[in-house]
Amino acid sequence: MIFLTVGTQLPFDRLVELLDGWAARNPDIKIFAQIGDAAYQPQHFEYCAFLNEKEYATAFDGADFILAHAGMGTILSSLMAGKPVVVFPRIAALGEHRNEHQLATCRKLEELKGCYIAYENDELLRLLDNLQSLEGEQISPFASDELLDSLDRFISNDGLPLPTSP
Amino acid sequence: MKTKKVLAVASRGGHFIQLMRLKPLLDRYETTYVSNQAMSGLPRFVRVTDANLDSKARLLLLFCQLLVTCVRVRPDIIISTGAAPGFFALLIGKCIGSRTIWLDSIANAEELSLSGQKVRKYADLWLTQWQELATVDGPEYKGRVL
Repeated sequence: MIFLTVGTQLPFDRLVELLDGWAARNPDIKIFAQIGDAAYQPQHFEYCAFLNEKEYATAFDGADFILAHAGMGTILSSLMAGKPVVVFPRIAALGEHRNEHQLATCRKLEELKGCYIAYENDELLRLLDNLQSLEGEQISPFASDELLDSLDRFISNDGLPLPTSP
Repeated sequence: MKTKKVLAVASRGGHFIQLMRLKPLLDRYETTYVSNQAMSGLPRFVRVTDANLDSKARLLLLFCQLLVTCVRVRPDIIISTGAAPGFFALLIGKCIGSRTIWLDSIANAEELSLSGQKVRKYADLWLTQWQELATVDGPEYKGRVL
């Protein structure tokens, strides 16, 4: 199953419509989507506007593949679950977000295993056509030791600057 | 020595998921979590309203909720991964003597988030998750949640 999520803040009709077109040609693949306050209503898969925490977990856990806007929450969740995630960034120039940070995020995440980025509509369709070849990458559930240790030093030292080591 | 009290604040979604990736650290302290979405499985959790720059009234309500939370909890440390609730929490925290940490979201790879830029003067530790954005005057880079 493919689970599509566009987050909860803004709709993402271009992505929903692209997947709907693809779903019409691939009726054997089960798809479920959380599409927010979308204007476009998909014809070829089940969807809902918003999911609560539990419903979201059920849909997410049941999916073999995640398809999403470039939201770090979904990307991190997919990697933590070891599920391949196809990422389609919102483009602010098309009115899909307030600024182009999703494009910027994607450019930085290109090297990340288990995360497949499509910038253009036809790139997305190609990735969907080759879905079965996409592999997930399981990451640690927690932040890097470097970050955790730095924060712990700050907290355990009451937030005072540490003496620099000689 | 008494366990330190930490207030860990993040908006729902990606901000909160990033915050939860610090859990092994936060578990070492008496941590109260704050978000604008119901979260199960956390012993100390405060839900606040969902607000952004589009609604002044909601922002005011959010500020009041965080003020009450900060005064009740009296945290030694406040840490946030963003966005609006974290900004207010750090601002209030500075006024009540907490030490504050801002960890800007990893989603902001080319420039710091708006709240991340504005929170600068209230953050004792002001962090970006991208080495390229770190400067000698801050923000600092000390690793990332990924």
